[in-house]
Amino acid sequence: MKNKIRIGCGAGFSGDRLETAVILAEKGELDYLVLECLAERTIALAQKRKMQDASKGYDPLLERRIELLLPILTQKKVRLITNMGAANPIAAAQVICQIATRLNISVMVAALTGDDVLSQLTGEEMALETDKPLNASGQPISANAYLGIEALLPALATSADIIITGRVADPSLFVAPLVHEFGWSTDDYEKLGQGTVIGHLLECAGQLTGGYFADPGKKDVPDFAHLGHPFADVSPDGTALFSKVEGTGGILSLATAKEQLLYEVMDPSQYITPDVVADFTGVYLQEVEKNKIRAWGGRGTAKPATLKVSVGYAAGFVGEGEISYAGSNALGRAQLAGQVIKQRLASSFSDLRIDYIGSTSVHRKTFGQHPEPYEVRLRVAGKAKTAAQAATIGEEVEALYTNGPAGGGGARKYVHEVVGIVSTLIPRNKVNSTVTLVKS
Amino acid sequence: MKTKLYDIAHSRAGDKGNTLTLSLIPYLAEDYHLLCEQVTAEAVKKQLQGIVAGEVTRYELPNLPALNFVCKQALMGGVTISLTMDTHGKSLSYALLEMEIEK
Repeated sequence: MKNKIRIGCGAGFSGDRLETAVILAEKGELDYLVLECLAERTIALAQKRKMQDASKGYDPLLERRIELLLPILTQKKVRLITNMGAANPIAAAQVICQIATRLNISVMVAALTGDDVLSQLTGEEMALETDKPLNASGQPISANAYLGIEALLPALATSADIIITGRVADPSLFVAPLVHEFGWSTDDYEKLGQGTVIGHLLECAGQLTGGYFADPGKKDVPDFAHLGHPFADVSPDGTALFSKVEGTGGILSLATAKEQLLYEVMDPSQYITPDVVADFTGVYLQEVEKNKIRAWGGRGTAKPATLKVSVGYAAGFVGEGEISYAGSNALGRAQLAGQVIKQRLASSFSDLRIDYIGSTSVHRKTFGQHPEPYEVRLRVAGKAKTAAQAATIGEEVEALYTNGPAGGGGARKYVHEVVGIVSTLIPRNKVNSTVTLVKS
Repeated sequence: MKTKLYDIAHSRAGDKGNTLTLSLIPYLAEDYHLLCEQVTAEAVKKQLQGIVAGEVTRYELPNLPALNFVCKQALMGGVTISLTMDTHGKSLSYALLEMEIEK
């Protein structure tokens, strides 16, 4: 058994930067590289692409990431674990092998499937968010169970260089290689709890190293443009030392680690994953030296009997329109435009969102007294059943050019399809995962 | 003396469906007790009036030290279907930091 495993995280969401993972793979001396690229909604969108073309449905950046990374991963003998398979891990594995063949690289990919449970649902299951049956939210178009380490371990036990999955709980992508390498028992909940802390700290990549943190003059981040992504050196007892590649920008401090530890956490004593109910309340963080943080003390109790299922449903279309006003009485003119639009669209949109960008659009209000902004951008948004109806919002906003207040400029209009997400629970034994090996 | 939370603490917002989570971390550990005393769940609910419609729960993590707030019905339906600009509520950490306390 190795006395230390180094795991890096080179992507924290589907659209994450490409070069950070390349630097990690090249200079990080990693054992494992994880790319976490799947948000709740991403898989539903991927499912829609798969329905249109059975060979698609994997992450849209898969090819670009793999082309950049594959030669380095092979040369440095770094194993890649990623959920870029999205709705179609087997097609993703085939695409990786095609790229490998083109690059004259020999590679074996393990594709993990079984998270897609759409055919097992009746629609009568209760949605956790609404306390109503799933069908009441809309026709389900995707349903993916969050798989955990039990599904990943058989893939790791093969000699695959790359493990590609669909929906897997984000921390499990990190816990699985630890269990695999250190031989932790899958019911050693103390270790799995600490492993989940490690996974949770790493899973958003740059968010641990100064990304989503900087506030100039208050929380400064050095060499921000070259923000490096993090890795952790994990010992067999689960203690982890977090760091980043020497020479990269960013900062790894107690402050960045605390922000990330609590990110998207509800009750910190009960962070539920498919592997464990992790307890973050005993976690200690220590700055060992500059940009090196040690974390220990994560605990846990037995894993839940059910798995969470993320269900995507078609929720119609959103139409948006924007136009700017600047100079004296900018807010007054924007507000007049907002009133006019509301009246003009009243017969077709009962629930229209009117925002004043530069004033009250993101917090939906202001705190304290603020001087009137020099420029204001009106934003109008509404939901419709069809794309054509949603488009009428942007059309009316654009028409403010010749039919609205003075000095409106920079009109833009957008329509996008909406996929809603609700979740439900499924008994663990109803979910069967499969590992498929694909070779170049 | 009144102090903005912004001056003594930092925060990161997260989302789970229609629920908003907000951490609150003092720059100096010695200010943790001030936060515990004054930044109660009720005070946060009041601060986020008009934004958070549901219940606010506070969790304490003295070993960090930090507080964590869980705010229900906060995101106008949640990231996927909300009509608001900031569908994740990611900017709302700074709405909490606008709160004033006595120091």
